[in-house]
Amino acid sequence: MALLEFTEKGIYCAAAGVYIDPWRPVDRALITHGHADHSRWGHKHYLFTRSAAPVIRHRLGNIRHDTVEYGEVTRINGVSFSFHPAGHIVGSAQIRVEHKGEVWVASGDYKVEDDGLSEAFEPVRCHTFITESTFGLPVYRWKQQKKVFTQINEWWKQNQADGKASIIGVYALGKAQRVLAGVDSSIGPIHTHGAIENTNEVMRRQGITLPKTTRITREVKAADLEGSLVLATPSATGSNWMKRFKKASVGIASGWMALRGTRRRRSADRGFVLSDHADWTGLNEAITATGAERVVVTHGYTNLFARYLREERGLDAWEAQTEYEGESLDKDDDSED
Amino acid sequence: MERFAQLFTRLDQTTKINTKVDELAAYLKAADDDDRLWTVAILSSRRPKRTVNTTLLRQWAAELAGIPLWLFEESYHVVGDLSEAIALTLPKPSGKNEQSLSYWIEYIKALDKLEEAEKKSRVVAAWQQMDYTERLVFNKLIMGGFRIGVSQKLMVRALSKCTGIDENTLAHRLMGDWTPDRTTFEDLILTKDPLEDVSKPYPFYLAYALEEGPEGLGAPEEWIAERKWDGIRGQLIVRKGELFVWSRGEELVTDKFPEFHPLAEQLPDGTVIDGEILPYKDGQPLSFNELQTRIGRKNVTKKILEKVPVVLVAYDLLEWEGEDLREQPLEHRRKLLEKLLGQATASHQLLLSELVPFSQWEELEEERRNARQYHSEGLMLKKRASVYRAGRRKGDWWKWKVDPLTIDAVMIYAQRGHGRRANLYTDFTFAVWDEDALVPFTKAYSGLTDKEFREITSWVHRNTLERFGPVRSVEPKHVFEIAFEGIRKSTRHKSGVALRFPRMLRWRKDKPVREANTLEDLHQMLEVYEG
Ligand SMILES: [Zn+2]
Ligand SMILES: [Zn+2]
Repeated sequence: MALLEFTEKGIYCAAAGVYIDPWRPVDRALITHGHADHSRWGHKHYLFTRSAAPVIRHRLGNIRHDTVEYGEVTRINGVSFSFHPAGHIVGSAQIRVEHKGEVWVASGDYKVEDDGLSEAFEPVRCHTFITESTFGLPVYRWKQQKKVFTQINEWWKQNQADGKASIIGVYALGKAQRVLAGVDSSIGPIHTHGAIENTNEVMRRQGITLPKTTRITREVKAADLEGSLVLATPSATGSNWMKRFKKASVGIASGWMALRGTRRRRSADRGFVLSDHADWTGLNEAITATGAERVVVTHGYTNLFARYLREERGLDAWEAQTEYEGESLDKDDDSED
Repeated sequence: MERFAQLFTRLDQTTKINTKVDELAAYLKAADDDDRLWTVAILSSRRPKRTVNTTLLRQWAAELAGIPLWLFEESYHVVGDLSEAIALTLPKPSGKNEQSLSYWIEYIKALDKLEEAEKKSRVVAAWQQMDYTERLVFNKLIMGGFRIGVSQKLMVRALSKCTGIDENTLAHRLMGDWTPDRTTFEDLILTKDPLEDVSKPYPFYLAYALEEGPEGLGAPEEWIAERKWDGIRGQLIVRKGELFVWSRGEELVTDKFPEFHPLAEQLPDGTVIDGEILPYKDGQPLSFNELQTRIGRKNVTKKILEKVPVVLVAYDLLEWEGEDLREQPLEHRRKLLEKLLGQATASHQLLLSELVPFSQWEELEEERRNARQYHSEGLMLKKRASVYRAGRRKGDWWKWKVDPLTIDAVMIYAQRGHGRRANLYTDFTFAVWDEDALVPFTKAYSGLTDKEFREITSWVHRNTLERFGPVRSVEPKHVFEIAFEGIRKSTRHKSGVALRFPRMLRWRKDKPVREANTLEDLHQMLEVYEG
């Protein structure tokens, strides 16, 4: 029996009797990060990193849980588990599993570029690597984030000169804080949608520094929003919530914005190619760095990426069916990525 | 090229019409005459001849990117646009270029007669000195299909802004059979008198669809109603003893319709008629499909002329005795048209578009519902006092289409979509019952929300019966209401029918699979509505 298996409930370690990121209720769940498709309701006991805890507890409320530091080993039934930075969002981890000399790593979601906010991705040597493939095609290759933030800053300044608000659609958990940390906050005031500000508050309480933001409430007047940068959830950008803006330009920050067709269908004014997932180059480099001979490919272009790894890179790679959702453009609370 | 690529990016970054017009006008103002003319040509679908086939471009791109061809093809499927897929896949450039748009167009044209190896080395050399957007533009110049949200109308507005010549004059000057190889910006746009060219059509006035009822249009007596025919919009011109027939795509189609040729003598010089070219036999319209087949043929044989003869259903007179009537009210133009067609010399290939009489809007509702009985698509409503405008304009002309036909069908196959939806199952094959068997009869891929597509995708994953490449057969479980515009006999389909514009109207979760429609229901529709 394999050390980790894909069952109907999630990624299962039979030797220890625990699941990683299960999508059905289980007794013991090890959680890679706080996005809703990876940390779900209803498990009897949770284990995650200390820096992932505030957000997960904010979402799931009063749950039974333990936290660990990165690198700390937890032994369960003779199986060693440790959490290592995945660079995806604050607190996100790859989970290393070792039993009788065999090592697996379940990476959850990851990106290799250091965003300056999340704990930077660290490659972990293993025999079998479970990778995501949200952007596992050669057409997805990200620019350096510095260049993308320059584009966002320029866009903000231009809108400001035109007397417009710059509204940018982002997820409440992860992307919102990354944009906050990346933009030049000296350009003007920054306003936030309530759902995003809630997450900001949780993160500030855990000691993460973010620029000053103002929550948009009924009291905020249209004139206050002129020239400001506004972080909104994707669904708010298409709703009545927008009526408060007299003049605005709407942008979306997502890896999917790499494709013109996607951006056009969203009818945003601007698309910024910014993702918390690894691009084609990042995925390939990460896999190389693990030294793994076997690779299991989950969410994304699983069958294509697995075939590429098999045929072109000579790895023993296959796809696994999961219920993770990847980077979605349609839904929005903090459930994405 | 850099400036044109920048223009491309800017146009692509906005959905606001006025911004697009401003950007394009600013570009045109600064560009030299060659680049201007080519820009106008590209934005009116006149691209250079294709000199490299796309199969080769894919191979070269994959090779340069160091990926297997199958992976490139899959990526292309996801991106949905070959020019873009290539631009996204190629490795970083090794240099820069300072050349103009016209330079690169000439470069592409010069590839024509070269050996494959030489073509390859030139295309690769070009790619290597271009950034992402320049490559995208370059690829689009090679392959055509320059859709960047700039319609001809919008381009004309920008050109007007940049030259100070009014839009209608420009629209007129831009029509017809020109290419940048045979004219200059000066000759075509700035100096040429459109009346010199006897073949030049007027820009078509296009109607918007009426989404709600006509009550909001005001007093019924200010309007006329006609049937909306499913043919090809055409403009018939007789000047200096010559006949010209133009289709709405600004194509000169005179040769496709020998039936109209005698009109060169039968109609007086200086006559321009706007109407619908309709396949028509024994006093009845034939299906649009027949016309399409006829047009697709290289030669118009005697056999085709007998099988699918055409008429022009005339509904407007734009020029009479050499005088442009477009500023006259419709009522007046129509009177002259009726007089012209009433003359004994007029050919039987010209039919007058009859008015549908009404005094209350309610009477028209009934006429619209019955549209299919007349083999028409609905009604056209036109204001009596309206002048003939250029392009698609709101206000005076409306098309009021009949509601689509619908049928409840069972989903039996699912296929992955494109672009962002490449991970979702979005293309479905539907079947109806024939006794106890399900007979596939149509495909549809639009009409559901992303949420519904995600839901059905997760269901498809769990209920796949068999896989055939990207297609999966699924358990017959879900019923969808399929809407379509028309139905006709088809020998190529097992069901014996083919639908026009099928799409999913709604997911009938309330409906058990046994209660979907039957093949007999479809055949009954065929009997009632085929046309
Ligand atoms: Zn994920
Ligand atoms: Zn995630």
